[in-house]
Amino acid sequence: MNYSPPKRIDEIRFGLLSPQEIRDMSVVRIITPDTYDEDGFPIDMGLMDPRLGVIDPGLRCKTCGGRAGECPGHFGHIELVAPVVHVGYVRLIRSLLRAICRECSRLLLTDEVRDHYLHKIKELKKIKRPIDDVVREVFFEARKNTICPHCGAEQREIKYEKPTSFYEGEERLMPTEIRSRFEKMIDEDILAVGMDPKRARPEWMILTVLPVPPVTVRPSITLESGQRSEDDLTHKLVDIIRISQRFQENKEAGAPQLIIEDLWELLQYHVTTYLDNEVAGVPPARHRSGRPLKTLSQRLKGKEGRFRGSLSGKRVNFSARTVISPDPNLSINEVGVPLDIATELTVPMHVTPFNIEECKEYVRRGSKHPGANYVVRPDGRRVKILDTNADEIVEMLEPGWIVERHLKDGDIVLFNRQPSLHRPSIMAHEVKVLPGKTFRLNLAVCPPYNADFDGDEMNLHALQTLEAQAEAWILMRVQENILSPRFGGPIIGGIHDHVTGLFLLTNGEKKFSKRDFVELLKKCDIEIKLPEPAGYEDEKPYWTGKQAFSMILPNDFSILYKNGLCQRCSECKKEKCENEAYVVIENGELKCGAIDKKGIGAFEGLILDRIVKEYSSSDAARFINNFTLLSIRSIMHFGFSFGLKDEDIDHTAKAQIAEVIREAEDRVARLIDAYKNGELEPAPGRTIEETLELRIMEELGKARDSAGKIAGKQMGMTNPAVIMARSGARGSMLNLTQIAACVGQQSVRGERIRRGYRDRTLPHFEQGDLGAEAHGFVKRGYKEGLSPIEYFFHAIGGREGLVDTAVRTSQSGYLQRRLINALQDLEVEYDGGVRETRGVVVQFLYGEDGVDPAKSDHASPEVIKSIVSDVVGKDLEKVV
Amino acid sequence: MVLSKESIEKSVDGLSIPQSLKESLVEYCVHAGVTRAQLNEIIKRVMESYEYAKIEPCEAVGVVAAQSIGEPGTQMTMRTFHYAGVAEINVTLGLPRLIEILDARKDPSTPIMTIMLKDGKDRELAKKVALEIEATNLSHIGSIYTDLAEMSIVIETSEQALSQRGLTIDTVYDVLRDEIKDKAIVELDGLRITVRPSEPSYRSLLQLVKLIEGITFKGIKNVSRVVIQKKDDEYVLYAQYRYKSVEKKSKTRKTPLEQVLSIPEVDASRTKTNHIMEMAEVFGIEAARNSIVEEAMDTLREQGLNVDVRHIMLVADTMTVDGEVKAIGRHGVSGEKASVLARAAFEETVNHILEAGVRGEVDILDGVTENVIVGQPVKLGTGDVHLVAIPIGEIMKKMKGENDGS
Repeated sequence: MNYSPPKRIDEIRFGLLSPQEIRDMSVVRIITPDTYDEDGFPIDMGLMDPRLGVIDPGLRCKTCGGRAGECPGHFGHIELVAPVVHVGYVRLIRSLLRAICRECSRLLLTDEVRDHYLHKIKELKKIKRPIDDVVREVFFEARKNTICPHCGAEQREIKYEKPTSFYEGEERLMPTEIRSRFEKMIDEDILAVGMDPKRARPEWMILTVLPVPPVTVRPSITLESGQRSEDDLTHKLVDIIRISQRFQENKEAGAPQLIIEDLWELLQYHVTTYLDNEVAGVPPARHRSGRPLKTLSQRLKGKEGRFRGSLSGKRVNFSARTVISPDPNLSINEVGVPLDIATELTVPMHVTPFNIEECKEYVRRGSKHPGANYVVRPDGRRVKILDTNADEIVEMLEPGWIVERHLKDGDIVLFNRQPSLHRPSIMAHEVKVLPGKTFRLNLAVCPPYNADFDGDEMNLHALQTLEAQAEAWILMRVQENILSPRFGGPIIGGIHDHVTGLFLLTNGEKKFSKRDFVELLKKCDIEIKLPEPAGYEDEKPYWTGKQAFSMILPNDFSILYKNGLCQRCSECKKEKCENEAYVVIENGELKCGAIDKKGIGAFEGLILDRIVKEYSSSDAARFINNFTLLSIRSIMHFGFSFGLKDEDIDHTAKAQIAEVIREAEDRVARLIDAYKNGELEPAPGRTIEETLELRIMEELGKARDSAGKIAGKQMGMTNPAVIMARSGARGSMLNLTQIAACVGQQSVRGERIRRGYRDRTLPHFEQGDLGAEAHGFVKRGYKEGLSPIEYFFHAIGGREGLVDTAVRTSQSGYLQRRLINALQDLEVEYDGGVRETRGVVVQFLYGEDGVDPAKSDHASPEVIKSIVSDVVGKDLEKVV
Repeated sequence: MVLSKESIEKSVDGLSIPQSLKESLVEYCVHAGVTRAQLNEIIKRVMESYEYAKIEPCEAVGVVAAQSIGEPGTQMTMRTFHYAGVAEINVTLGLPRLIEILDARKDPSTPIMTIMLKDGKDRELAKKVALEIEATNLSHIGSIYTDLAEMSIVIETSEQALSQRGLTIDTVYDVLRDEIKDKAIVELDGLRITVRPSEPSYRSLLQLVKLIEGITFKGIKNVSRVVIQKKDDEYVLYAQYRYKSVEKKSKTRKTPLEQVLSIPEVDASRTKTNHIMEMAEVFGIEAARNSIVEEAMDTLREQGLNVDVRHIMLVADTMTVDGEVKAIGRHGVSGEKASVLARAAFEETVNHILEAGVRGEVDILDGVTENVIVGQPVKLGTGDVHLVAIPIGEIMKKMKGENDGS
């Protein structure tokens, strides 16, 4: 087979088009402003000249003979009757006019000075740095000379009037004059002003010929009524030709200078708006409907413009999008794909002697699921497989053909959820074709995607080449992304009920009969080898929840940590901790402690972290699969629900809370009295008013905390809300406090609420009332219900949060865009350093130690410690 | 036989691992008491582990760093003001602060100097230095009112306030007279100073009041507050101030930090500010780079977000490679990219293209955006690895040549 490496574009050169170049590349000179004649045929030398390319299917291009889609289109040109200024360059033209002699067109600098700048520019170009500063200096210095150092001519002041006129003294400088001055400039001078005499001579900034873009660039649309609707650019070009013609006629008829100048101005206007319809000081050209035309600049600019919208953001085939939903029975590496999607997305399969039978079977099945949609013949023709021609194609199929077969189980696909803020927002999954209409994924992969199931949609991309599939399999599979490149910890792990489930299972001694114990572990991918029962009750053996968890741990796994229940007692009771906060796992056996978010949760799961780092990503993936299954069976075994009743607290507690709040209000009142009597001591560096506010906030904050403590004590560790909060599954003790006891102080910008009327927040209060109630303290809880005033303050505080979120997303989005743009080209070189595209060394050794953040634990003192103790055979903890 | 510390150090010294690892390796080995064979085994395994931990060539570290800083941005709070280590001083925190750091702002919203003293144990000395730094204005030492009948300004100073600030009425009088001697006549009478404008008009009177209120009698101008805090076992001064760094610094103008550093009691080696541009001005680019790393890390840490330093170091290094602090964005790093297409795709599309036209620029398609635009594989990560095929004939020729040579 003939194989040539794909061609690469080496470089792209920018420059200005010279009139000669424009004429050379033109296939037709456009002279008539009309597009189509009465019969609907394009007019020769009109804007829709057939030589400019084809847009109608079926026709052939008059220039290259290609069909629509093959022919890229060809440029034409318009000869302008009089030269006009290019709006994009007016500022440069102005600077240049001021910097060159009006007589001899030399730069108003002596040759020595100029050469000095030329040298500077050359040096900067060599190290690929912008030359703008030097060029600015050249213009600045040259302008200072009022007498030409070359011919001695006195210079006059050049005035620039927006948008495109120039005056020398009182005299108007017409584009013809400007052009003739620029024409006389010599190459060295041109270089010194930052231009390139070969690719961009200054006089080319004055347009005498206008290129007419091919029709493919400005296709006309045929409306349903059969009427043609032209593109905005065509409209603008029509205007230009019309004026050009009128100008020509008037000039030939010997019209007065005034009229000629007016027409010139008009031509300038049309060319200006053709190039940019948003120039300051120029009324934008409008469509008949009043909508401003979208001309050249507008096409390129902005988020939806050519650059950001079409060139940097490309559309792809072989992708699918639908709603996501959870499926705890899938592995983290899998994704459930609806049958409908699996029959639509295809993977190309090259027919070889080894797989021809398999391919034939796919073709035979056609649109029935593991089937195929198209075959590609060796000559490149695609044939759709239909029920009618399937057998026929099967007969013809031979090596060299390509069968586009359906997505089937085990295929590797990319799965993505926007916003793609970090690398794990796109990961590779294995396909599992399932009935239904949604994509399904394991709950443990929600954190990296930041997905939930309140209607989220996700995208899926079917990989088309074996190289891509292999690369995705090795680098992008979910299990390879368990560790976050951001901080080197696991970002895939248990959430919500996973945490609750394992917490219920491992907290305290939960007893299971043999049947229940096996039931728990039934779905897990483990070697079933029942451990010794933990004990006997009524002569029947029982096993504990801790044993169940131990079953899914690797056999030689050991760890010791304190979980989230730890109260940070002054003296740790270690194994005897009554909170089950001291977790010890020895040789794959959970000896004591409860498993909570700190053990297996996403972002902080220590057990998870150690398994990925000490074993392998496959082991970690298996562990995650197992514990998600175990935890769900466990939570189903115990049963777990949460309702309003769970927030009940009894009368004594209610009374206590009321008392605590009343006391706090008293203290606030006393503070206010002290303030009014001038007895309040200001805190260092604060005014008395600020001190008062701080003290009040502090007092009320304390009150809410102690109210929460009372409520928390009431509910105890059997309360489902408390279980969730303490295990880290969901919610916090603060949420509980707010529901059951007291919502607390509402704030705006970290201060008590002050806005409203003069000296008071609401007309319900007296002016100058500084009390708790008058400034947004909500003493009731959500369950009891808020008073109208409290409700109002709560809404004020709540809105701040909403505004905050809205502002933050846009701000951080822009920050990320800037960061990515600034850093995207950096790459680690083979020498371990980091260099940018200019070749400048950013870091001699990445991160100063050359270590990958995600693997940094392998180059840490802890690892050395464990290696040393392993080799020496002593426990270093005891040695040191 | 257990090796001595020296011999362990000697064998560890030549290893190509970071210094910190060498140190802990020596430490643990000394503690454990290792033999030569054990040490060799340990070194072998440490080297393996380090080799495994090393970043792989072609890794797109830039993008990863950008994402690692940008992604937590969505989780950061906006609350602008809150206290950091020092309760009395407000500091911008959260996302606004992070943006400020990466923007390389010339006047950050809350610049704070952390001033260390040579003798930090002495509280009285700390107080004295604090007074020397904090700007004393008229409002600190007395009150001012205008006497319209007399067409004069009367300044009443308080004895207590003066001594609290370590000033005497004479120094106040001298400073005042020096500042406005060409505009007014100043008279001292006990604790009262009377100022009469040389041109008795209502307007000049009001202008004069404004001028006097702005005079710094003692301390460093624009330093609004100095707070003394005990940190570990020494007193540290935190100074809140305002300063806008300038493009090209004149030799005579001293920044507030420089003024603080010139106080003899101040330990210049440990004193710093969170104003990155000022750090660059005073201490140089390396200090600014470290300052960016430190400030960004602190901001993220305060929000409870965990980001590896290496990412931030990379950002700080790209901001400072050219010897000046450049912002992340169109006026800094992105605006100075070599590629036209990359710049055009970022911001100010049309301007960049027009400019590229007159300059006759050449885009050599080295970066990411450019290659995406033209539809080629990007030279990064797996896209940067090529199969180099040498025709078998040439290999034979080469081998033959070598054989002949030997």
